[in-house]
Amino acid sequence: MDFEFTRDTFLSLIAAVPMTLSLAATSIAFGIVLALLLALARISGILPLDWFARLYLFVFRGTPLLVQIFLIYYGLSQFPAIRHSFVWPILRQPYWCAIIALTLNTGAYGSEIIRGGLLSVPHGQVEAARAAGMSRFKLFRRIVMPLAIRQALPGYGNEMISMIKSTSLASIITLMDITGVAAKIISETYRAIEVFVVAGAIYLAINFALTRLVQLVEYRLSPHLRRPPPAAAPIIEGEAL
Amino acid sequence: MSQPGFFDLLSLGSEGWGRALLAGAWMTVLIALSGYGIGAVIGAFGAWGKLSGGKAIRVVADAYTTVARGIPDLLVIYLLYFGGSAAITSLGRMFGAEGFIGFPGFLAGALAVGITSGAQQTEVFRGAFKAVHPGEIEAAIACGMSRTLRFRRIIAPLTLRHALPGLGNVWQIALKESALVSITGVAELLRQAQVGAGSTGLPFDFYLIAGILYLAISSVSGGVLRQAERYFGRGVRRG
Repeated sequence: MDFEFTRDTFLSLIAAVPMTLSLAATSIAFGIVLALLLALARISGILPLDWFARLYLFVFRGTPLLVQIFLIYYGLSQFPAIRHSFVWPILRQPYWCAIIALTLNTGAYGSEIIRGGLLSVPHGQVEAARAAGMSRFKLFRRIVMPLAIRQALPGYGNEMISMIKSTSLASIITLMDITGVAAKIISETYRAIEVFVVAGAIYLAINFALTRLVQLVEYRLSPHLRRPPPAAAPIIEGEAL
Repeated sequence: MSQPGFFDLLSLGSEGWGRALLAGAWMTVLIALSGYGIGAVIGAFGAWGKLSGGKAIRVVADAYTTVARGIPDLLVIYLLYFGGSAAITSLGRMFGAEGFIGFPGFLAGALAVGITSGAQQTEVFRGAFKAVHPGEIEAAIACGMSRTLRFRRIIAPLTLRHALPGLGNVWQIALKESALVSITGVAELLRQAQVGAGSTGLPFDFYLIAGILYLAISSVSGGVLRQAERYFGRGVRRG
């Protein structure tokens, strides 16, 4: 193995990490909002909303992400109406097209995870909250949401990891993320193995860090499942409300 | 020249793209199937290694599933396609061939799909085997079945039954992953759509058709898998 080449490759690939992370973080953040809306549409009991969400899931989970990216990046430019509209400055850029496609895609997968989390909230908890006189919104914010997040977190962690991997497809529409830079170096030097090892190691490191982060959040969110610390002094202060 | 309509593009005659797209869809199915088959073999051995292998085998199997599930599929395709081409070219030079020899895209694609889906199938098979009730295997031993008979009559059918839902998911993933093979230039569905989009200037129509064909393939195979689940699960009491 050529040490100098490996080092240069590593330095070029590390410089592309921010692109990969920004693609992943932005689309995961937008995707969670979309996923929550779709999950709420599924369990709302309002038929048109439910059907729309089902159709959306069918389409976005049944087609390859690459087709969705091409449809948005190349496909939409076919229509003069779009090219002359106010959204064109966004849709013209591969970065935003990739974000849109990744968001729409992760929204579909994420909504099923969130729906599972929402459905797993024990009915007794909801009844207790109602009995305590909570409003619908407060009940959702204080009771359903925290329990659902706790339940959905491991699944969502997997989805985030698969998003990190999916961002690599953005390299096909010219974005220079880790895979994009790796492909460029490979096609220039034809030394696929070294580049693959370095790029793979970077992806593994990112995914490992993400896994640990999710585990940490999971730990913080489930104090009720842990043994209490041995010498916990009883906390009795202030007045009960 | 007037723009052809959406349905003109689909016609099967010499003017239309229907034939090319259907051939592409067939190629997509072939790539996905070969990759899935390779993955099934890898998965069976991987699960066996994880369940009953020695320490060294377990470490290798764990490393394989961690790596193959942690890096992007696209990177694996690049590795096999470019790495394979470089290897073949240098091999060709030894035998006096001149210039660049490309690695067959189909083989690179099928292997790449096989490697990634093999890691997923390893986990599916492992989980399915663990779901087999130990009592069933004990009963088989008590009946005096030999190891191979036990595997063939008891372990394999029961494991397969538990594995089917997971295997269905892995198949859908493999099918969608096969779209990435288009970067090697293999004339599969997405590649044909790209060619059509390039020569007619109608990218939206072509990618839409490609998307619809992918949906059709995944729905039909999903239906077949559900039937299979029902058939093989007919001995299981539900509810």
